[in-house]
Amino acid sequence: MTGTVEIRNVVKRFGKVEAVRDVSFSLPEGETVALVGHNGAGKTTLMKLMLGLIRPTSGSITVLGDDPAAGQFEARRRLGYLPENVSFNAALTGQETLAFYARLKREPAKSVAPLLERVGLTHAAGRRVGTYSKGMRQRLGLAQALLGEPRVLLLDEPTTGLDPALRHSFYEIVEELRGRGATVLLSSHALTELEERAGRVIIMNRGIKVADGTLDELRRIARLPTRIRLKVTDTGLANVPNWLGPVEGWRRINGHMVEIDASPERKIELLRRATDEGAPVEDLDVFPPTLDELYAHFLLSQETAR
Amino acid sequence: MRNILIVARKEIQEGLRNRWVLATTLLLAGLALSLTFLGSAPTGTVGVRALDVVIVSLSSLTIFLLPLIALLISHDAIVGEMERGTMLLLLSYPVARWQVLLGKFVGHLSILAFATLLGYSAAAGALAATGAEIDAESWRAFASMIGSSILLGAAFIAVGYLVSALVRERGTAGGIAIGIWLLFVLIYDMALLGMLVVDQGQILSGGVLNALLLLNPADAYRLFNLTGSAGVSAFSGMAGVAQNATLNPSTLLAALAAWALVPLGLAALAFSRREL
Ligand SMILES: Nc1ncnc2c1ncn2[C@@H]1O[C@H](COP(=O)(O)OP(=O)(O)OP(=O)(O)O)[C@@H](O)[C@H]1O
Ligand SMILES: [Mg+2]
Repeated sequence: MTGTVEIRNVVKRFGKVEAVRDVSFSLPEGETVALVGHNGAGKTTLMKLMLGLIRPTSGSITVLGDDPAAGQFEARRRLGYLPENVSFNAALTGQETLAFYARLKREPAKSVAPLLERVGLTHAAGRRVGTYSKGMRQRLGLAQALLGEPRVLLLDEPTTGLDPALRHSFYEIVEELRGRGATVLLSSHALTELEERAGRVIIMNRGIKVADGTLDELRRIARLPTRIRLKVTDTGLANVPNWLGPVEGWRRINGHMVEIDASPERKIELLRRATDEGAPVEDLDVFPPTLDELYAHFLLSQETAR
Repeated sequence: MRNILIVARKEIQEGLRNRWVLATTLLLAGLALSLTFLGSAPTGTVGVRALDVVIVSLSSLTIFLLPLIALLISHDAIVGEMERGTMLLLLSYPVARWQVLLGKFVGHLSILAFATLLGYSAAAGALAATGAEIDAESWRAFASMIGSSILLGAAFIAVGYLVSALVRERGTAGGIAIGIWLLFVLIYDMALLGMLVVDQGQILSGGVLNALLLLNPADAYRLFNLTGSAGVSAFSGMAGVAQNATLNPSTLLAALAAWALVPLGLAALAFSRREL
């Protein structure tokens, strides 16, 4: 299977710093992939490699069938990039800036206004970019990345500085493009935000890829406990092991709640008992391991393995 | 080709917006006009050779000012955009680095050419309006003065790009640009003159002198304009030098063109090797 983006055994060194160490993955069409990792993990470096802005020390990269560093620009026309600290020339207006980028991608001038509308910048289109707020610049950055129906979108921390409303419509736009077959790679530190949005997660640590898979796959590999929270009657609270059976790792919270860390294989059994006819349970919540927890788990297990 | 024009257009747009174009044009026109009228007063020549006097004073002005303006707009072109982060985004677009560089060159040179043409033509126009008689040869010399001034500007824009492509920080680029200006415009000639005096024509004659003059674009420009036409060299006091230095105008022009093209090529090379 070949994806729109292919990374094979890529190593990137900056002097002594090994920013990317022997990373391989393939990104297929129509998928949103989250790239997560600590500061300095190599996320931005990976994106720059995919854009051909820097060359790999070793290994090979293919984006839309081209080697991005070889000076072939056909692929770049179908590629959208939002850098992590996007900046524009302060002297031009938002409209002029976007029109400039549209010309470089050979997009018609009439594609500019709808894009500005889409990111909510129509009212500021005639103002100099130098007068924009941080979030407005980010919006403009997003608009330029969306120029020309990109097949591959590389978004480096795209939602920093966006207000909640635009954050929401940002993910809607991404989802829409993905639905039409685009590959979306987005790096972020806002893990909770990515949870429902990314079909797949790649976790990086100090240049090494430590995990790669859908959230469910990662949960299965990590074998982290699922948290089950039960609202229990006062009588039930006194003798928890009686009706729940022998469980380790439960605790009482807020007076009348019981919280259990259930390992994957005992989860169903515990839930059955808690929902049994005679069980003194009034309400129940199940929390699968969050991306936050998975992330911490994979980083920790990689660190200890070293 | 289209990418080059797109980038050039943006540079010009920016130049218009941040008043570079206006400021440069006004400065050049103002200085040219005042030189024209102040310059012709003491010599008292309102006769046939009035424009030749203007050529002499304007080309001296050009040697000081145009390299400075050119370096000011060019030293920041690459390193500045890299530092501000705008280059990262631009290079992610389907445009080659040499196209970006050439586009900027076309844009910056257009700004400089526009300002020079308008500013200097204003001076000549004003002179003609006062009723001074100007013959065809003087007009030709004036036109070639404007053309070579733009070429001199092109050379220093290219040198500025080379600096900009090589250094890591904007401040460094600014410092080096000022150093280059001082070197070519002031120090080089003083050193050359000193050597000529000490040397007394022993080693520094003929070929060596010619080479030394060609190695500085400002000198090539000066020789081209001050010795180019007989009428002008009579006023410039360069007649002596013109006899010693046996350089014909086309060699001087070629030297100026080389001073524009070689640094531009080197800048493109340095830029293409750079990682961001
Ligand atoms: N041009 C460069 N020269 C030297 N080192 C670099 C360069 N670019 C990146 N690095 C180093 O490579 C490593 C990875 O950096 P990168 O920017 O990819 O991290 P990141 O995952 O994007 O981090 P963040 O979450 O902070 O954005 C860091 O140690 C960084 O210092
Ligand atoms: Mg980063």
